[in-house]
Amino acid sequence: MSIELRQVSKRFGSVSAVEDVSLTVADGELVALLGPSGGGKTTVLRMIAGLEVPTSGDLLVRGERVNDVPVQKRNIGFVFQSYALFKTMSVFDNIAFGLKIRKTPPAEIQTRVDELLKLFGLDGLGRRLPHQLSGGQRQRVAIARALAPRPSVLLLDEPFGAVDAKIRQELREWLVRLHRELHVTTIFVTHDQEEAMEVSNRIVIFSRGRLEQIGTPREVYEQPKNEFVARFIGVLNVLELTILNGAARLHELSFPAHGLPEGQTLRIGFRPYAVQISRNLQEHPYLAVIRHVYFLGVQLRLELETPSGLILRTRIVKDEFLRQGLEQGSSVSFQIREYRVLSTGANSLSPEVATVHSAANFAEGI
Amino acid sequence: MAQGISKGPRVAMNSKSRRGIEEPEFIRRILIGIAVGFVGVFLLLPLANVFAQAFAKGWSAYIQSLQQPDTRSAVQLTLLVSAICVPLNLVFGVIAAWAVAKFQFRGKALLITLIDLPFSVSPVVSGLIYVVMFGAQGYLGPWLDSKDIQIIFAVPGIVLATLFVTFPFVARELIPLMEAQGSDAEQAALTLGATGWQTFRHVTLPSVKWGLLYGVILCNARAMGEFGAVSVVSGHISGVTETLPLRIEKLHQEYQSVAAFSAASLLAILALITLGLKTWLERRQATEQALGQSDSPSSHEH
Repeated sequence: MSIELRQVSKRFGSVSAVEDVSLTVADGELVALLGPSGGGKTTVLRMIAGLEVPTSGDLLVRGERVNDVPVQKRNIGFVFQSYALFKTMSVFDNIAFGLKIRKTPPAEIQTRVDELLKLFGLDGLGRRLPHQLSGGQRQRVAIARALAPRPSVLLLDEPFGAVDAKIRQELREWLVRLHRELHVTTIFVTHDQEEAMEVSNRIVIFSRGRLEQIGTPREVYEQPKNEFVARFIGVLNVLELTILNGAARLHELSFPAHGLPEGQTLRIGFRPYAVQISRNLQEHPYLAVIRHVYFLGVQLRLELETPSGLILRTRIVKDEFLRQGLEQGSSVSFQIREYRVLSTGANSLSPEVATVHSAANFAEGI
Repeated sequence: MAQGISKGPRVAMNSKSRRGIEEPEFIRRILIGIAVGFVGVFLLLPLANVFAQAFAKGWSAYIQSLQQPDTRSAVQLTLLVSAICVPLNLVFGVIAAWAVAKFQFRGKALLITLIDLPFSVSPVVSGLIYVVMFGAQGYLGPWLDSKDIQIIFAVPGIVLATLFVTFPFVARELIPLMEAQGSDAEQAALTLGATGWQTFRHVTLPSVKWGLLYGVILCNARAMGEFGAVSVVSGHISGVTETLPLRIEKLHQEYQSVAAFSAASLLAILALITLGLKTWLERRQATEQALGQSDSPSSHEH
């Protein structure tokens, strides 16, 4: 079921929670609403559910305006961050609740709930009370309960926020599989960019009530529309450069001037993977020392410090790190292969922001 | 771990070196002694005495005095009054608690304060308020008189006065409970298609049932035992507007000691039953709340 928000705003008293948000979610999509807390993403989700009414703007479902349709009539499944299970009811009764309300025949309820218990790996737990379940099981009961009446949209508010890291990883993969099997339009809220990248088809990024960017995980990572998105999605090195003698410089680093006048400032950003290092001190134009090594598994994250004290972050595959005989404290040469101009002078949003510049040739040319 | 456990009691038993924060033994004994002694002398002894006096002339005299027509009618009136007041205050208490816990509105703090008012006003004063309102010389007196409705010195006045003094019990019990539970479960029920009433019936009510029962029991105890407010509005007409507490007072003033204490024993039994139920419910509720807490997502995997 397709959902569309047209210039939707929501104010709570004098506080503006959501400002002028327009977005479309196609039938069967799995979309993440991502942003720092207080960004307005949960409010957007609650408006779609009908738990909040937009102050202005239109909310459309299958092209029809539903602003005034009460929550009971919207046929949505909502999973609360707290799960909000009915604590006096058994797992079975929790899942059956929506069906009982719809006066589904008991035999049908039995079949449907059994089917869901099985699908959600909750076999044999039907008679338990919520407090007798683990966190991960409770979360699955909450999702099963929301899905039981076959809603046309599944909305999840921070679905993995309350479980620990290992379970969270399992649940993410499980949600992706579930979505592939059931194909129900799914929108979930998260503040964890990694989670959004891993799980969703598309990411909607919010900050302070405004929509910053919509795109596939790859789009928002590789072509962030602004510095906020660039910094929020993944790790970003940001440098503030000044144009001096025809080049943009910060300490020993220099980049093209991009046609800017002398004395003008320029902010650039680059991902850790754009920083290439070598044990051979002659290979790349700049020098640095490896200050810290963070083990992330197959990859390592390195913190480089240049002689002038700049700190840059880079990533390297573990095998490559070992092959080169690197370790904490090693001296290396490095180059920045590509970067993005984030802003120039007073302009915080440069038209160049989406253009990737190759720095390697320039640096070598000096 | 196992070692630690087996050592625990032994260490506690033969340790003379108590932790610094604990009082010396004799102070501990004195304080406990005072507490127990006070309860014994001022609460248990009088309670025992009620039954002793009631049975002073034997079992048959006890039964006989309870069968006096005026006493029987007093018991009936008391039962009637509480049968009217308790359900009304139950409904009111649930509505008030719901409003306070689930909605934000202007004057909420004032409403909470007003709900407590009957606790802070002397019952005699609340009785007098009704006399001033509905009495023959009161504001509405002449109008009521013209319609031939009698409130003061009649059963309606007793009901009103009792309603007033038992007003806060249910609401007071439910408000903190409902506030602590929040409204996530109710909202979940709404998203699943439940109407407001279905949500209340299937989600809210079951989750506060023990607290509700607790409030009802306290409300009932007060409704049956109220003296001051009822005394002012009742007019003490034997067999007509005399509740059990009023009857006891009258018998006492007439030096009918056995009859007075026999009637009093009924209220004492009510008090004991209330106390027993209250303790049981408190335990029930504590268990449920502990379970409720482990239901929140912050607790973790097994």
